[in-house]
Amino acid sequence: MKKGYDVIIIGGGIVGCATAFELAKRGITDVLLIEKGYLSSGATGRCGAGIRQQWGSELNARIAMESTHIFENLEEYTGYKHSCGLHQGGYLLVAYTEKEWAQFQENLKVQHSLGIDSRAVDLKEAKEIVPYLNTEGMFGATFCQKDGHADPFHCTQAYAQGARRMGVEFLTYTEATGLIIRGGHIAGVETTKGTFEASTVINCANVRAPELAKMAGEELPIVSERHQALVTEPVAPLIDCMVMSFHRSYYVQQTPHGSFVMGIGPKEEPSFNFKSSWQFLEKNCAVMCEALPILRKLNVVRQWAGQYDLSPDRNPIIDEAKEARGFYSVCGFSGHGFMVAPRIAILMANHLARQEDTMDIRMFSQERYKTGKLLLEPAVV
Amino acid sequence: MDDKNTILCRCEDLTREAILDCIKAGYCTIDEIKRVTRAGMGPCQGRTCRMLIAQELSSYYGIPMEEVLMTTFRPPTKPIRMGVLADAYKEGGAEE
Repeated sequence: MKKGYDVIIIGGGIVGCATAFELAKRGITDVLLIEKGYLSSGATGRCGAGIRQQWGSELNARIAMESTHIFENLEEYTGYKHSCGLHQGGYLLVAYTEKEWAQFQENLKVQHSLGIDSRAVDLKEAKEIVPYLNTEGMFGATFCQKDGHADPFHCTQAYAQGARRMGVEFLTYTEATGLIIRGGHIAGVETTKGTFEASTVINCANVRAPELAKMAGEELPIVSERHQALVTEPVAPLIDCMVMSFHRSYYVQQTPHGSFVMGIGPKEEPSFNFKSSWQFLEKNCAVMCEALPILRKLNVVRQWAGQYDLSPDRNPIIDEAKEARGFYSVCGFSGHGFMVAPRIAILMANHLARQEDTMDIRMFSQERYKTGKLLLEPAVV
Repeated sequence: MDDKNTILCRCEDLTREAILDCIKAGYCTIDEIKRVTRAGMGPCQGRTCRMLIAQELSSYYGIPMEEVLMTTFRPPTKPIRMGVLADAYKEGGAEE
């Protein structure tokens, strides 16, 4: 193995792998990606897999829309032989309060200004879209057919294999244990499999990003919050779209394989807890069976837990360390990293390859928490 | 052994050949094989195939079985109906 690279990426989730791919596409192929476990073993592989464009801020709606366009052709885009499992059955966002319903109308205006094909639906139509939906207590819903879900494992593999073909090297089961900093500039990464030099290092370690950043003298205002999910046995197609509520904090979708994936998001104290709990199992089933009573008949086969890397305004932080130039953190995705990774990877790769981008990367700097130019988002779990 | 007709994962209908192809493609742990093929994601949650895949990895890499990285054993132990769990919550399930 080589001892030095142009770029080292820490973290083999979708953000790290997509960034590796986009860098390689721009001719930066002397790249090493290191991953503590296997690819997608962290947040990516544990996520709800949803892809939605129905956001409330122009920025998020735009990032999600442009990411969706890539997901739509990800196999061709990356040269992946397997299907990435994209299913655009739509997202039905349901409103349980008047205030939420009013906010949804505002969100639609933002989405329409970008050409996103979303619309308000009354309860009758909501029931036509999801025949088993219990609309009691609902004010209305919004629907976008082009939203949906994809397979996080295969999407990550698609990016990784595409990157590998262009020359990117991958070291899995390898942990970053230290950073080498010389004269205010990053110089390399110490790992459990030796030390590697690089003048650019990208920290895509999700909830572990703050401890890496700390080694570079940066404090990242990110806290980790456990979120849990479960999956049922596969059954014949019952619902085609993702159903989601912010107010009751639930989401549910039926995968192309037939199983239902769902989760609820109770507020928890920050932790690195990756264990699932029976309390979640019971509460989730109570919440979900009320929204979709037909679920009562289904068997739960597996549950798991993952972590959200929450930033103060629930939007990503992309920043270069002041005391270790060349060390970038790309983190704080706050639970929606999977669906925006394709576009964020392009933004990051354009920046490093000194290519123009229609988006200004500086707005993602954590300076915004000092200046008050927050990236506020009304439509987030 | 007849690779084409020997089923390693009964729930997801995966042959030994499919698993060996996956190992040859570079997926080197049960966890990775599970995620790309669905082996072990069915109703039995890997009770049948987990150790069989471990054996294949052990012989392919020439390492003892105990060195093959195990997957996380996730609850519930056996499938439970959502309705049963929902009712249990209503009868006084605990909040965390």
